[in-house]
Amino acid sequence: MALVLTEDETMLADAARGLLDRLAPVTAFRTLRDSTDTLRYDPALLNSLAENGLVAPNIPEENGGVGMGVAAAGVIIEMAAHNLTAAPLVSAAMAAELIARLGTDDQRDKLLPALISGELVVACAFEEASRHDPSLLDTTARNDTLSGDKTAVIDGIGASHMLVSAKDGDATRLFLVDTSVEGCHVEPIQTIDGRNFASVVLKGARGEPVGQGDVSEAISMALDIGRALLAAELLGISDQAFTMTVSYLKERKQFDRVIGTYQALQHRTARLYARLDLARGVVLKALRSIDSGSEDASQLASLSKCVMTRLSRDVLAEAVQMHGGIGVTDEFDLGLYFKRARVAGSLLGDDRFHAERLAQLRWQL
Amino acid sequence: MADDDLEAFRADTRAWLEQNCPPGARGVPMRPENSVWGGRRPYWPSDDQRLWMERMAERGWTVPDWPKEYGGGGLSKAEAAILAQELKRIDAASPLQSLGIWMLGPALLEFGTEEQKRKYLPDIANGRVRWAQGYSEPGAGSDLAGVQTRGELRDRNWVVNGQKIWTTYGDKCDMIFALVRTEPDAPKHLGISFLLLDMDQKGVTTRPIELINGDAHFCETFFDNAVTNSENIVGERGQGWSVAKFLLGHERAMIGQASGAGMGKPLEQVAKDTLGVSGLRAEPALRQEVVDNLIDSWVMQIAMERMRDQAKAREMNPHTPSVLKLVGTELNYARTELIGALTGTDTLTMDDADTVRWLSAPANCIAGGSNEIQLNILAKRALELPEHK
Repeated sequence: MALVLTEDETMLADAARGLLDRLAPVTAFRTLRDSTDTLRYDPALLNSLAENGLVAPNIPEENGGVGMGVAAAGVIIEMAAHNLTAAPLVSAAMAAELIARLGTDDQRDKLLPALISGELVVACAFEEASRHDPSLLDTTARNDTLSGDKTAVIDGIGASHMLVSAKDGDATRLFLVDTSVEGCHVEPIQTIDGRNFASVVLKGARGEPVGQGDVSEAISMALDIGRALLAAELLGISDQAFTMTVSYLKERKQFDRVIGTYQALQHRTARLYARLDLARGVVLKALRSIDSGSEDASQLASLSKCVMTRLSRDVLAEAVQMHGGIGVTDEFDLGLYFKRARVAGSLLGDDRFHAERLAQLRWQL
Repeated sequence: MADDDLEAFRADTRAWLEQNCPPGARGVPMRPENSVWGGRRPYWPSDDQRLWMERMAERGWTVPDWPKEYGGGGLSKAEAAILAQELKRIDAASPLQSLGIWMLGPALLEFGTEEQKRKYLPDIANGRVRWAQGYSEPGAGSDLAGVQTRGELRDRNWVVNGQKIWTTYGDKCDMIFALVRTEPDAPKHLGISFLLLDMDQKGVTTRPIELINGDAHFCETFFDNAVTNSENIVGERGQGWSVAKFLLGHERAMIGQASGAGMGKPLEQVAKDTLGVSGLRAEPALRQEVVDNLIDSWVMQIAMERMRDQAKAREMNPHTPSVLKLVGTELNYARTELIGALTGTDTLTMDDADTVRWLSAPANCIAGGSNEIQLNILAKRALELPEHK
């Protein structure tokens, strides 16, 4: 499929942007961040997003979804990133894909409509190492009873259910765990970005199998979806921080001239513009390749996450530097983007992880 | 056009190419010295390539998407794309290369009079006349609009005096399109005209300049009371800068793409062939640079795919040529340097193709508007950052 947005995707992006600007400007996120409530998203906002078809648009039509693919989820998440909207969109798309792919008819009927409507939040509990390492899996399953420690669970706080990976003998299996069951303990973690992040301790928690036998391939695919969606989020974050910076360069005066007239700053800014222009194609290509089931989808997911983690780090560093002192104050919004970029960059593998993955997977180096 | 018609076109094209592309015009490595450039004093790398050019020109397929009345093939974009795919399929050499095709042709199609189109385009299409580009001057490089070559209208002729530099293949060309200051009192950008001159006259002298890569394709061209008919002006008097800017967009996209596409052996292959996977792993710093370059090259490849898709959807970002020129040329420079690092001291000779590519890389970062000029353009036009008054 072409590397331009379809008409439907453009409409979706516009609808998402309009709704989010109305319901969830950056001030909404700031309020959430500063609240003492441990819940790290706004359920009312999630409902509004769900009502407008913006949650898990990759759910197929036969399961009550809009069936617009992961590309549509990426477009929405990119738009939400402009406002730092805190909603469990990445986890919803990942969980949706796993349930649609592996679940029984019963599980699909029960879970997917509830995911789309925002009634249920289903997080993915895969990670066990602080530094992303999908090969590490020590959580065990014995007769559908799970024990082990999970970390870096995106949208884990307030999740009604989790999809948990575990070893059952030699097989990698997946279980749906109701977070209220005995033996499942969710520990909220206050990350610098003020978003939804948890660790989970499982001590003999009951789970319901999702899929049969070894499902490591499906889990890999869900991870790739998460990576490409986080790349889309990082694109939105970078785009917003870049726009703020270009505006600032046109306003701020020093030595009796607007600082945007300095060629030193112009060239640094122009280089970031060039990289952003290239990155847009990479993110869209990664999302499209997942939707078309293309052979190099996994490699493109790594490429997008690698490129966007690097670029967002550079854009945010330059944005803060060019803003000067105000850029490092908590009062100014830029810092919120700076922190979120760091967290989203670390999730599901940073640029170094994905560069290494590509070196081995694609180039056999 | 319906898909069925396009598929019929593909079948006809394939059959014709199979029949008409001689064996000696297939699998020819794409290098300037292996190519047909045409002109009044043509050089034919082989008889087969001559035959190939003549057959293609007869169908208008040296310039497939130009209108038929000017010697083109009159193909739609979709048909031209199919032709390109079919040519690639049989690894056919490009039948004819020239600045006339890439630069002057598009300018004449956009700005030329009907008479100029009929007079000049067919000779470009069939390779009878080879054109040079007269843009830069010793005192007008990045500041191209500062050209000082003067043109005065005397009787019915433009009389031209001055010096051009970096006129690619100037010593082998027949005609030159040149930026000439014809309105000395007008503001800098409004005083330039786009003139066409015959180089085969007493008032024009050309001398090749040898570059660090051993090539002497670039020349300097001197005009000493050179003349051309007053009709040989493209666009109005003083409008030459608009024509030049239009062409620079073409040139930029071309340089960036040519640099981005990996010529020679791919970097990962060089890495494996020279050091082997374990040897490369023993040098993690070098391996990291190789991987980063491969990543950036893949990004560039996707960017070109996206540019084609955007062009088809008429959603082209007008600043993308500058982006691709900047990124593509730097990437190529870094890639050729890495290949040199991998192959080591055995390849430090002028007969090593990769070393010569490395020696050619800096010129790409300079030509077509230096990369600093591209950054200026992006800052001014894409970001609308203010200029210091």
